[in-house]
Amino acid sequence: MTKQQANWSPYDNNGGSCVAIAGADYCVIAADTRMSTGYNILTRDYSKICKLLFYESSLACTFVQLVVSRKCVMASSGFQADVRALQKHLAARHLIYQHQHNKQMSCPAMAQLLSNTLYYKRFFPYYSFNVLGGLDNEGKGCVFTYDAVGSYEKVGYSSQGSGSTLIMPFLDNQLKSPSPLLLPALDAVTPLSEPEAVDLVKTVFASATERDIYTVVHPFNTALSNFSLDVLQGDKLEIVILNASGIRREYMDLRKD
Amino acid sequence: MFRNQYDTDVTTWSPAGRLFQVEYAMEAVKQGSAAIGLRSKTHVVLACVNKANSELSSHQKKIFKVDDHIGVAIAGLTADGRVLSRYMRSECINYSFTYESPLPVGRLVVQLADKAQVCTQRSWKRPYGVGLLVAGLDESGAHLYYNCPSGNYFEYQAFAIGSRSQAAKTYLERRFGTFQNSSREDLIKDALFAIRETLQGEKLKSSICTVTVLGVGEPFHILDQETVQGLINAFEMAGEEAPAADQGAAGEEGAAGEVVAAAEEGAAPEEGAATEEGAAPMDI
Repeated sequence: MTKQQANWSPYDNNGGSCVAIAGADYCVIAADTRMSTGYNILTRDYSKICKLLFYESSLACTFVQLVVSRKCVMASSGFQADVRALQKHLAARHLIYQHQHNKQMSCPAMAQLLSNTLYYKRFFPYYSFNVLGGLDNEGKGCVFTYDAVGSYEKVGYSSQGSGSTLIMPFLDNQLKSPSPLLLPALDAVTPLSEPEAVDLVKTVFASATERDIYTVVHPFNTALSNFSLDVLQGDKLEIVILNASGIRREYMDLRKD
Repeated sequence: MFRNQYDTDVTTWSPAGRLFQVEYAMEAVKQGSAAIGLRSKTHVVLACVNKANSELSSHQKKIFKVDDHIGVAIAGLTADGRVLSRYMRSECINYSFTYESPLPVGRLVVQLADKAQVCTQRSWKRPYGVGLLVAGLDESGAHLYYNCPSGNYFEYQAFAIGSRSQAAKTYLERRFGTFQNSSREDLIKDALFAIRETLQGEKLKSSICTVTVLGVGEPFHILDQETVQGLINAFEMAGEEAPAADQGAAGEEGAAGEVVAAAEEGAAPEEGAATEEGAAPMDI
């Protein structure tokens, strides 16, 4: 008498990959824009990136210029319905925090909140593989990487999603993360400059696209990327760059197949 | 007030068909310091008088941001007001979570009124002792509502509640015909004038009043002290000694900054205050 298996799953994997890299004063977060189910494409133009925090304030007083910056962006691959629910949940929790504390959350606080939120559904998880990128209270880049049930770690770079097995070793090679076993703990923030990091991200995705059928980006004439993106056909790479001067979004087209 | 034999319970009617406990609750609103609201087609302004118990203490918060498009000013038992504004915030968050759009103001005031009514019909509860001026902006335009402890609510072009509010109401009644098409600046000016009426001769300074604005393209926010003082000076309401008033104002801000640090938008220039995050855009 074999055990009866469920013939319906509440989950689906919509594919895709996410990457985040932390620098001394910036953070780069990127994800492809393909949404798939099985071997089918649902859409080529879906953003996996969500802006959780964005606040800048400059306080000038007699002796000190203080820039308080709270920026935090989340990229998630996996089941996009769960991802969307998770994003809305975090946004609502952030509003409540603001009402109670009269200020915005910091990036490390948001990281902890995300972890708790994920673990809250330990026995019916959000099928969401997240990478949180932001600037901490001092304006330094920070990246947090998660599993589906909230286990998280502050790292210098990370990738999640269907292409992560291809991307992560490449990032390890290029960014040389210090071993977590070393004491005292070394800061994993990369010394690369911001344009170099963005370039690395583009290279990494271009390579992953070659081999991962679920991660796709389409090679297009980059001049066209200035037009309305709804008009462009094909998959893209969405890159978000956070730094002291604000938030910037770039798109790169990759292979369509 | 008079002592009656029908006023012990909120669930006891008087022979004349009145619920005295509810009426007593409305009296509590009149004891609180003044709050006024006025609206045009596109903007709503709420303003209130900040009265601290003593020079040593901070004043009580009377205006709360409920959502980007709704704010509320209270008069009466401020603790009840705090609890109700938490309820309103929660309702707004839940609504926008479910419907991905802002809660229409008319809906919120009805929910608030129903909540107040419950307390007038339970023997183990008491009515909320606070009147709320709800300012909101939705698809149907700008709105100003007044919610009573009785569970009634009314929409107004302009209204004032709290102690000495009659003086402000008289001023508003004279001017309300112009409000509908007023500019934002004129609306704020009228609000400050109305507040001045309730002060009965006391000098109007930015440290004793709070002014908030909500409008099309402008989420609900508190005007910082410098801006308000600037407006007061510009409208020449500070009275005699205008230059002294400016210096007095700067000094006031320094002193009031510590006192009102939580509510002011980064106006406190002291170093320590920066990390206290008085500067958050979510200044409520």
